[in-house]
Amino acid sequence: MDQKKIKSQKTAIISNERVAKGHFVMRLESQEIASGACPGQFVTVKAGRDATDPLLRIPLGIHKIGQKDFSLLYKVVGRGTRTLSRFVKDESVDVLGPLGNGFPLEGGPVPGKSKVVIVSGGHGVAPLFALAEYLRETRPQTKIKFLMGACTAEEVLCVKELEEMGISVGIATDDGTRGCRGFVTGLMEEEIKEKPARIFACGPRAMLAEVARIAEREKISASVSLDAYMACGIGACLGCALKTEEGYKLVCKDGPVFEAGEVLWKEAVQARQSCGCE
Amino acid sequence: MDLKVKIGNTEFKNPVWVASGTFGSGKEFEGLTELREIGAVVTKTITLEKREGNRPQRIVETASGLLNSIGLENKGLDHFIEKTYPEAERTGADIIVSIAGSSCDEFLECAEKLSEKVRPKGIELNLSCPNVAHRDTKHKLISQDPVSTENIVKRTRRTTETLLIAKLTPNVTDITEIARAAEAGGADAVALVNTYMGMAVDAFSAKPVLGNVFGGLSGPAIKPLALKSVWDVYNSINIPIIGIGGIMTGEDVAEFILCGADAVQTGTVNLVDPSSHGRILKEFREFLNRKGASSPIELKGKLAAGL
Ligand SMILES: Cc1cc2nc3c(=O)[nH]c(=O)nc-3n(C[C@H](O)[C@H](O)[C@H](O)COP(=O)(O)OP(=O)(O)OC[C@H]3O[C@@H](n4cnc5c(N)ncnc54)[C@H](O)[C@@H]3O)c2cc1C
Ligand SMILES: Cc1cc2nc3c(=O)[nH]c(=O)nc-3n(C[C@H](O)[C@H](O)[C@H](O)COP(=O)(O)O)c2cc1C
Ligand code: FES
Repeated sequence: MDQKKIKSQKTAIISNERVAKGHFVMRLESQEIASGACPGQFVTVKAGRDATDPLLRIPLGIHKIGQKDFSLLYKVVGRGTRTLSRFVKDESVDVLGPLGNGFPLEGGPVPGKSKVVIVSGGHGVAPLFALAEYLRETRPQTKIKFLMGACTAEEVLCVKELEEMGISVGIATDDGTRGCRGFVTGLMEEEIKEKPARIFACGPRAMLAEVARIAEREKISASVSLDAYMACGIGACLGCALKTEEGYKLVCKDGPVFEAGEVLWKEAVQARQSCGCE
Repeated sequence: MDLKVKIGNTEFKNPVWVASGTFGSGKEFEGLTELREIGAVVTKTITLEKREGNRPQRIVETASGLLNSIGLENKGLDHFIEKTYPEAERTGADIIVSIAGSSCDEFLECAEKLSEKVRPKGIELNLSCPNVAHRDTKHKLISQDPVSTENIVKRTRRTTETLLIAKLTPNVTDITEIARAAEAGGADAVALVNTYMGMAVDAFSAKPVLGNVFGGLSGPAIKPLALKSVWDVYNSINIPIIGIGGIMTGEDVAEFILCGADAVQTGTVNLVDPSSHGRILKEFREFLNRKGASSPIELKGKLAAGL
């Protein structure tokens, strides 16, 4: 995380629209944040206006990165996100970001002609969309397979946009209302028979643990982006600790993207987690 | 307007400081708030040896509050002296170092080495962390026991000339008794309050939300409780008080000073809004202006109680 790029700003809302049942996309105007952001980074948003309840900022992955604006895709799961969904165009929200480290892209983990598999669960699609868009633009030769897991058909998001970019999408839903019935990791097992250079994943911890297990078995490197309950988002409170091979690391500052192999998954899954999908 | 305050023999540029554990070493906030304008940065509590901290989940929001069980995660005294302190110092902030220990000797060793090697502006004795067991008292926290409070303060006092602040827990029957013990031990000031012990429960899974089961409550929810502690202590001791608990605005700062505080520390608000210090200081300055006061001390203890 490059601390010099972190901005704390009142940011104008270009739009805040419902895109699916319980899901919203908020587009925000900020050249500073957009120009400093990489796929996989996040921001925190103060939904509580001047009130003290809800108190904490909401961490949200950066979903789309524009020239002078960026978007967030969020699911309404509680009071904070509900308050956020009520903001309207031309109001402003207080945003802090970009925060954390994005997906590893420089230094060649994804060579031009290779294949990558992207695996999302629930709102994990939010930051992975920015990644897919970036890879498509910068590595036109790379074969990108986007596997998307959701609870139900209504929560399958962004498919058309991805397909329009020429990215092939595979879908799994828990209830079988769209795509395969079952877990997205089942689709991943099939897809990696043609071995990818890297797997990128974001979603509930239990899903990521399974991605990590399969990736290790197949000796494929995998980058995973995790949620954690956060307060500061900048490495000051030590609230978002995650147990790794090297002891506790901070999801906000050392992550949210980690190498799958460094996370101690049993502990990570046990620790109560944030996910709107269960 | 002159915002300077004097605690013991040490002068501070203003009475609005930031609280231990909510501001890292200060470096994390560089570029987000003007660190040189902070009365003092109290760094995250350190212990003699490295501590891993509690198992996650470590934090959860409650009604207008934050419950935490960080467990004093820190890299130990030596790492602090070699790395963290120099980095913090380079930000230009005035620094008070918060220390804790599982025995009196650990406090002494930390205080001694710090005064010798880094010479901070002050040392805050965290006698109130709910997450460390203590060998020298049967109580859960040192500052629940007036005898060990006095003892630790007295012995630390002998090892260092540095400004010494005793930070107290509000989880006691009578906080004035503990504050008097800290005064008797020779503390330059008392800081109150640390967090209130509490729990959050997930009814659906029938489990505690925090990995550590309980944690410490902070934020706006505790301000009325903290104000009463400050007021009670103000009426029972003669050394300065640093007021802490739920401060979000400049007006909150004034409330603590009216109740008898000489200075305050802001905690949770830094996590909610990393640029809050500048705003709060500005609001407090405006408040003094509106009241026609030329310095914070003019408000001190001026609560018109019973009138
Ligand atoms: C780095 C990161 C990126 C994220 N990106 C997205 C995203 O792009 N889209 C999206 O929909 N969601 C995302 N989340 C999850 C989102 O932050 C939570 O859903 C949101 O904070 C819930 O707040 P609430 O007040 O509405 O819910 P609450 O009623 O407070 O709680 C509902 C659930 O959200 C979790 N939660 C609450 N507060 C926090 C917090 N401060 N930090 C983390 N989890 C919390 C709780 O554990 C609970 O399971 C992300 C989380 C992190 C840490
Ligand atoms: C995440 C967190 C970590 C804390 N860590 C410490 C600590 O290490 N040492 C300490 O003396 N107090 C610690 N505290 C307590 C604060 O310094 C302060 O006393 C308390 O939060 C009340 O103030 P507030 O309501 O303004 O936050 C911590 C508080 C929080 C929220
Ligand atoms: S959220 Fe505070 S350290 Fe990560």
